[in-house]
Amino acid sequence: MEDLDGFLLWAVFISLAIISLAILGAFVRLIRGPSLPDRVIAIDLVAYLTMGFLATYSVLIQEETYIDVALVLGLLAFLGTVAFARYIERIHAEEETTEL
Amino acid sequence: MIYSLILQVATRLLIPLLLVFSVFMLLRGHSHPGGGFVGGLIAGSAFVLYAFSRGVGAARQVLRFEPQTLLGVGLACALGSGILALIQGEAFLTGLWADLYLPGGIHLYLGSTLIFDIGVFLVVIGTVVLMMFSVEERGPAVIPSRRNDTS
Repeated sequence: MEDLDGFLLWAVFISLAIISLAILGAFVRLIRGPSLPDRVIAIDLVAYLTMGFLATYSVLIQEETYIDVALVLGLLAFLGTVAFARYIERIHAEEETTEL
Repeated sequence: MIYSLILQVATRLLIPLLLVFSVFMLLRGHSHPGGGFVGGLIAGSAFVLYAFSRGVGAARQVLRFEPQTLLGVGLACALGSGILALIQGEAFLTGLWADLYLPGGIHLYLGSTLIFDIGVFLVVIGTVVLMMFSVEERGPAVIPSRRNDTS
């Protein structure tokens, strides 16, 4: 932490605070979201904000392995969103067949 | 079910990245974060992504081996790295290291822990792929039975 000079340190702290607030807001949407797609997108948003948090944190503690963690998280979050999308699509297909 | 063209093109770009990154994770695991489990998870998710975009049958063709075979081979690798130490007279699963100086100035520092890690890698790929394939194959079959229950 000593390696960062004043301006960069402040920038990192302010970014971490803002990203934390954004994660909190996404969690509110996750809990209150009226429909399933709202919740899926909220989970997606939490994952990508966590990626940003990890990248900023890796700047703060000067440790580059957190970048790889963020990369893995991004790839797996994409897979999770695709799986949820297929699940929702399947529910709609089922509803259409029952209506017919 | 119709497979999305956007997803097919996106997975064509993503899958090589995932597979290369999984091998990178596997090999880096000795002295840094990573290792067989994370690498296997990433490689398994690449095949799952393929199954999502092209269907389970196509993914089975790409994988070439049955997931059960991968599980068995992985467990055999992990057991073999332990038995290798037993043959040398060490305790079970002791790491053995060999310094190899290949012609051309290549210096290899090989350990039996890598065999164990590759075993874990294969077991995790087999487990993830087996779970997702069976969920995907069962998916459409569940829907008609549920429809019969409600009607």
